[in-house]
Amino acid sequence: MIAVEGLSKSFKVAKRSTGLRQATKALFFREHTTVNALNDLSFSINPGEIVGYIGPNGAGKSTTIKVMSGILVPDRGTCTIMGYTPWKDRVAYVKNIGVVFGQRSQLWWDVPVIDSFELLRDIYKVPDKEYKANLDLLIETLELSTFIKLPVRQLSLGQRMRCEIAASLLHSPKILFLDEPTIGLDAVSKIAVRKFIKTINLEKDVTIILTTHDMFDIEALADRVLLIGKGKLLYDGRLNELRSRFGSHKTITVDYRVMEKPIAISGAELLSWTPERCVMSVDTGKVTVSEVITQLSNQVDLLDVAIEARPIEEIIVQLYKEYQI
Amino acid sequence: MRMMKPYFSVLKLRLLHGMQYRSAALAGVATQFFWGFMYIMIFEAFYDQALHNPPMSLKELITYLWLQQSFLAFIMLWFRDNELFDLITTGNIAYELCRPCGIYGYWYAKLLAQRLASALLRCFPILLVAFLLPQPYRMTLPPDALTFLYFCAALILGLLLLTAISMFIYISVFVTLSPTGSLLVFGVFGEFFAGLVIPLPLMPPWLQEMTYLLPFRLTADFPFRVYSGHIPHNEALAGIVFQLLWLAALVLLGRLALTKALTKVVVQGG
Repeated sequence: MIAVEGLSKSFKVAKRSTGLRQATKALFFREHTTVNALNDLSFSINPGEIVGYIGPNGAGKSTTIKVMSGILVPDRGTCTIMGYTPWKDRVAYVKNIGVVFGQRSQLWWDVPVIDSFELLRDIYKVPDKEYKANLDLLIETLELSTFIKLPVRQLSLGQRMRCEIAASLLHSPKILFLDEPTIGLDAVSKIAVRKFIKTINLEKDVTIILTTHDMFDIEALADRVLLIGKGKLLYDGRLNELRSRFGSHKTITVDYRVMEKPIAISGAELLSWTPERCVMSVDTGKVTVSEVITQLSNQVDLLDVAIEARPIEEIIVQLYKEYQI
Repeated sequence: MRMMKPYFSVLKLRLLHGMQYRSAALAGVATQFFWGFMYIMIFEAFYDQALHNPPMSLKELITYLWLQQSFLAFIMLWFRDNELFDLITTGNIAYELCRPCGIYGYWYAKLLAQRLASALLRCFPILLVAFLLPQPYRMTLPPDALTFLYFCAALILGLLLLTAISMFIYISVFVTLSPTGSLLVFGVFGEFFAGLVIPLPLMPPWLQEMTYLLPFRLTADFPFRVYSGHIPHNEALAGIVFQLLWLAALVLLGRLALTKALTKVVVQGG
């Protein structure tokens, strides 16, 4: 459905140091640096997938989304989505996609949400019946009914984001690009948004590409992750594989009777230590948990032991470190 | 017809949106009266001291000035849509580019609707009062019905032409990223050459010749002088043809420029 091949895009950025002298100089000579936002990026996505697109800030996630939605023209490479090249067949292509940019707004600020929806209906030429059905479904699943008649300026961020997502789906797109859809949302709204994304993927078979910094979004939604850093694709595969690759670490928190001497366990890394408690990280590939506990009970008088799998967030941090991005 | 539907919807929404600001319209009407009287008094003083016969009678001038004030939204280049500027400078244009319609037509419809909404709210009270004012401030009716028809055609074409010109302000913001700068340049030049500072007939001949080569005067000076009968019918017809030609040329050029600007667009952040 989506095939991206050798995509590259660089931006020219004017460089200037601080200070009046430098600023004056910049009036006449401007130095530019080239930022390679995308560097020979290739991947493909099948219909019906939910793909999490992750990477640190500035990795090129949004740039990829913008290229795929026909906003930016890349320097090199091809991108074929449903048979279209987004930036060449823009008008014909965008009928088939929905886009949500978490940090931007597509609704008219001063008019009721429903008016913006009706405008979108006319812009996308959605037949009345289809529009009605979509709208009813969206109002129900995203719980919009209480504020759909209010002007956008009066909505909270969570309400607005739900409306933004609804606005992107009124024309029944086949592909949905979500660029940080949960940014700034509270826990309740986040869960509502996640549940909704899952629902439309299952019921309407919408292919979803999602960028986010919230790993819980990825964990809850994505079957597959693409990791990108410095414009390059670094990992493409299932989240579980990633977890088993890096998730062999367990965190063990131990409480014990006061013990002045620090503990030393072979195969475990001590993360913090006090006379009453210590936290350690154990690589289960090197030493088993039971072995660690045996060693512990020999050294201290155990009160409580808690063993946790490494949270996905930490795995990602380690991954970023490993790839030096 | 179905092709045009999105554009009509934008027009409708913008109209409804613009017409909800009633107090702004009321304040606008008051301001326009102030300016109208001020201009008339200034020109009255000039005319009193005139050494030779002015090329435009005071009566015609007064009508010209009142039309200028009532249709301000049709003729002023500084009359702007800040939302569009924000779209360009903040990068929200990303969303406009995901819509299955041409940006040029979409924005043109938006700008046109904004001017229409504003003018619809303001022109009627101003015109009504201007017709009831005591002499010499009173506005006069056009000499005959045909003149009025020519005026209507010229005014509407003038509005379409002005919107096409104003599109260039927005397109230029893609390059300058400074709405104020673009507005100032276009506003100052455009309004002067449209005869909004001093009516065209009162300009020195060499300046008039220059002005006749530019499209700006067709947006304001031309329809208003058609109304007062200062421009005879055959000239009015020629003017309307010129308006159509300029409109076609500017829309074509605008589309080209916008397409070019869009291929270079960089949406940063987010």
